[in-house]
Amino acid sequence: MVQIKMHLLVCGGTGCRASESAVLVEQLNHQLKLNGLADEVKVITTGCFGFCEKGPIVKVIPDNTFYTNVTPEDAEEIVKEHVLKGRKVNRLLYEDPETQEHVSDSKHMEFYQKQVRIALRNCGFIDPENIDEYIVRDGYAALGQVLASDPKETIDIIKKSGLRGRGGAGFPTGLKWEIAAGNKADQKYVVCNADEGDPGAFMDRSILEGDPNSIIEAMAICGYCIGATKGLIYIRAEYPLAIHRLEIAIKQAREYGLLGKDILGSGFDFDIELRLGAGAFVCGEETALIHSMEGFRGEPTIKPPFPAQSGYLGKPTNVNNVETFANVPPIILKGWEWFNSIGSEKSKGTKVFALAGKINNVGLIEVPMGTTLRDVIFEIGGGIKDGKRFKAVQTGGPSGGCLTEQHLDTPIDFEHLAAAGSMMGSGGMIVMDEDDCMVSVAKFYLDFIVEESCGKCAPCRIGSKRMHEILEKICQGKGTMEDLDYLENLGKVIKDTALCGLGQTAPNPVLSTLLYFRDEYVAHVIDKKCPAGQCKALKSYTIDPEKCIGCTLCARTCPTNAIIGDKKVPHVIDQSKCIKCGACYDKCKFGAIQIR
Amino acid sequence: MDKIKLTIDNMPVEVVKGTTIFQAARQVGINIPALCYMNLEHLGVENRPGACRICVVEVEGRRNLAPSCSTDCTEGMVVKTNTPKVLNARKVVMELILSNHPNDCLACPSNNKCELQTLAATLGIREIPMVENAAMSTYRKDHSLSLQRDMDKCILCRRCETMCNDVQTVGALGTINRGFISVVAPAFEQDLADSSCVFCGQCVAVCPTGALTRTDDTGRVFKALADPTKTVVVQTAPAVRAALGEEFGIKPGTSVTGKMAAALRRLGFDKVFDTDFAADLTIMEEGTELLGRIGAFLGGDTSVKLPLLTSCCPAWINFFEQNYSDMLDQPSTAKSPQQMFGAVAKNYLAKKMGVKREDLVVVSVMPCIAKKYECTRKEFSVDGNPDVDISISTVELASMIKMANIDFVSLPDEDFDHPLGESTGAAVIFGATGGVMEAAVRTAYEVFTGKTLERLDFKELRGFEGIRTASVDFNGTTVNVCIAHQLGNARKVMDGVRSGELNFHAIEVMACPGGCIGGAGQPYHLGDSSVLKARAESLYKEDADKPLRKSHENPYITKLYEEFLGEPMSELAHHLLHTHYFDKHHKI
Repeated sequence: MVQIKMHLLVCGGTGCRASESAVLVEQLNHQLKLNGLADEVKVITTGCFGFCEKGPIVKVIPDNTFYTNVTPEDAEEIVKEHVLKGRKVNRLLYEDPETQEHVSDSKHMEFYQKQVRIALRNCGFIDPENIDEYIVRDGYAALGQVLASDPKETIDIIKKSGLRGRGGAGFPTGLKWEIAAGNKADQKYVVCNADEGDPGAFMDRSILEGDPNSIIEAMAICGYCIGATKGLIYIRAEYPLAIHRLEIAIKQAREYGLLGKDILGSGFDFDIELRLGAGAFVCGEETALIHSMEGFRGEPTIKPPFPAQSGYLGKPTNVNNVETFANVPPIILKGWEWFNSIGSEKSKGTKVFALAGKINNVGLIEVPMGTTLRDVIFEIGGGIKDGKRFKAVQTGGPSGGCLTEQHLDTPIDFEHLAAAGSMMGSGGMIVMDEDDCMVSVAKFYLDFIVEESCGKCAPCRIGSKRMHEILEKICQGKGTMEDLDYLENLGKVIKDTALCGLGQTAPNPVLSTLLYFRDEYVAHVIDKKCPAGQCKALKSYTIDPEKCIGCTLCARTCPTNAIIGDKKVPHVIDQSKCIKCGACYDKCKFGAIQIR
Repeated sequence: MDKIKLTIDNMPVEVVKGTTIFQAARQVGINIPALCYMNLEHLGVENRPGACRICVVEVEGRRNLAPSCSTDCTEGMVVKTNTPKVLNARKVVMELILSNHPNDCLACPSNNKCELQTLAATLGIREIPMVENAAMSTYRKDHSLSLQRDMDKCILCRRCETMCNDVQTVGALGTINRGFISVVAPAFEQDLADSSCVFCGQCVAVCPTGALTRTDDTGRVFKALADPTKTVVVQTAPAVRAALGEEFGIKPGTSVTGKMAAALRRLGFDKVFDTDFAADLTIMEEGTELLGRIGAFLGGDTSVKLPLLTSCCPAWINFFEQNYSDMLDQPSTAKSPQQMFGAVAKNYLAKKMGVKREDLVVVSVMPCIAKKYECTRKEFSVDGNPDVDISISTVELASMIKMANIDFVSLPDEDFDHPLGESTGAAVIFGATGGVMEAAVRTAYEVFTGKTLERLDFKELRGFEGIRTASVDFNGTTVNVCIAHQLGNARKVMDGVRSGELNFHAIEVMACPGGCIGGAGQPYHLGDSSVLKARAESLYKEDADKPLRKSHENPYITKLYEEFLGEPMSELAHHLLHTHYFDKHHKI
């Protein structure tokens, strides 16, 4: 038998696949074969490494060499140099933006140093399409352990661990299980909420793509604890790769007797079906999700009754989010004390965030609860792009709030984010810099809410539309100070009266920016200026006659012939013709175009 | 029962567990305003989507405001229903709703009958902020023979959806689209006429705004009345007299038969007749048909179709033709009273009056809007001339009376004209659920047994329970009957009949809650189901006060058979008074 000497882990997440990582895998295999290494070196397509900014990623095991931005053409060099000769391909190594030195392996990358990976433990490490690799990493050991014990003990472990729902609301998971377990019924259900809908968020998708078996195992554990024999995963149809890998994992688990009748000889039956959602954000709300699964319009209903009392088909149903489930097997195996020791006072364990926006290391990270925003943004995230100044960070998805520089040392957990006027949400984190207009940012999020409101309750259906209209008015320079007061009152009323979590949090981007960036609103209203220079209606382009040398480049570029001037004479922009497209600004080599 | 103590606006309240804040507040004289919430308690129908958010209240210790209609009281709860926070929230939400509602109350069919309008006044709305920039969600208007949909006025209270889906199980209406452009509509926003709508109109009966309204045919009636070449006769259904007074401020449950006849005469109708006459005729035909079927069955004929289903209600017939098209020979072939009247008027009365068929205009006043559709069914016309030309609702009649400046309340009581104005008590109770069955039993018993019925009041057939069954002793032969009102109940019964689980000799079905008295052509009950109860009681009282209470005792009916029809189920009667049904399964 030939021993495998080296593994090449290639990211097979959706992002890296879009950058041809599948072709890269073919090329690596091809090169290994050409060089007679096919038996000794194995290429494995894994889930997401999280370092999406620099994908596709290739990680070499055992030396942890971390190659970034690898193209299919690089396969030959990696095989010939690194695999054959043991020489790292320097140009593909990650370059530290500060020191500008190549970092030899992932252990020395700041991006990974502060991370603690529990939910993402297998992502970027195992082949998600091979259950054996999951099993080798202690997969299904927790299920075996649980099936040999009293369900109450497991619920107790989850309760003591302090695990809280990662979908946004932070409800204690163990308590949720206990309530569902306590309700008697002939049939109960375990539902995994994989309807991840926040713009820019892909935590759940990455877990499902990278480690689908962890969810299956956790759902079976939950089923045993609450007395359910059926599991349903509600996943959005826009996640084809995650669906594909889940289907493979479910099939393999059935083949191994880890799903189906009499699991591991325990007498416990459990099986899982997928339900595909049609891409409505509100279906992430559990009552809406359940209605959607039942074939009804995906809209929330008033709680109580809670799903644990009357959920899918009127039966007790326990709904947990993907990331919540991913935490369960490690808690069983390592003990509640271990999990409870990580995190902050009331928020235990870790949280996965999708870093996006004006940040250097766009990607997926997992940090202990209580890590500060500063650590996440500046250390793990590598700071703001292009050396710009940090302005705000938006946490909690479209209905979260915007936090500012003064909050950078806020520990990230359920309590602190809420106290600061934002929320944990499912884990989206969008970073904004000095070029971002906060009124426009609020408008952008409201745009999303207006689109995604189910339309059931009046405050959300009409209120979000009206807030959006007022923000548009302000961005047009037509707002009044009364509008700001109305906006604030309207936002508070919607928060107080909307039916579900979506509506109740919909005003957050508006209220938090009104609170922390009121000056910017006032500038739009009183001075008719957009300080960030983003609002087109409030922007004007002019040419600095001191700097303009009359090269005519801008005049030739202008699509509306708004720039007038002879050669070698400073040019002028006719404001009545200017459409503020910014083409002149981009072309001018002398910095003569000014935006005000 | 577990009791719970709480305080509402500083007043101690004790309620049974499961009571909502909304209900508890009523106990201490606090009427929390609400818009989407509707509770027809006598019928067991509740709409509680928690959608409008008008009924919010402050609950101590709760982070947001609680919708009182759907929040249960808990021990020690401290509720405030009128704090500045609550009043502000209510007002802002109301302003939002109004900001997306056409501002055309003065020209709206629901003007002065609109719950939204009333609530705006109650909440002291004086302006609608931001309205100059506010987009409106607008939709294509949908006109049908029976009802009009103007969804620009819809506030998404979802009452119509509850009626159409949960109560009637018709499933024509549902919410489509999402967010700001959400709207209640048939699937794919098709026209109601192309959907599975049966025109029962219960959506209209509960709509709090002018989004769903009755088709207005008053103009056509005025025009006919003004046409010197036309002879215009009118028939009024039993349930109309029990509710018409409400439109003039008369207490619900007051029968206004005499004033109604007087008003119709003043409006210019040439003859003022009564659908009740045709109801007596229906009993003669349908009762004979029932006895025929029972007799054949007892005689060993296994091909006979039992149970016999009543066929008075056009919405029920639509529902039946769609859902039970495999059982088309099950209902009675008797036409509905409206159509029997039309057939008799155009074929018998016209000759008697010396008027050509096309110059006789038959107008019906109905508690129903499906009747507008029914009179256009092709099988009910001869060479394109319908037996009933125009059907208007109770409310449309009230509107005509008002337009004609008639002081309804001070009108004297007048009688109907003859021959088609005479009726018995049996016909009057057609307007309430169970009435047709009771009327049929009165006649069928005497015909079958040859004995005089001693007890005329079949209380066991009355009431508001959705499905009622009774066994009547026909001198040793037990006749099992069933009564269902609301189509959802009819579906339960019919599914049982189809599967063979349920066995009856006859089943009465009325589509609307409480029967015709709860029809969509009646004045709005505004969610107060005690109004329906009062209307039913007034019909039973009128029946009790009548000298004749059995259809076969109506002397004009006897005369009609002697002069014209021969006998019940005769060939001519068959031709004029009976019909057949169509397979409309494709509509669902």
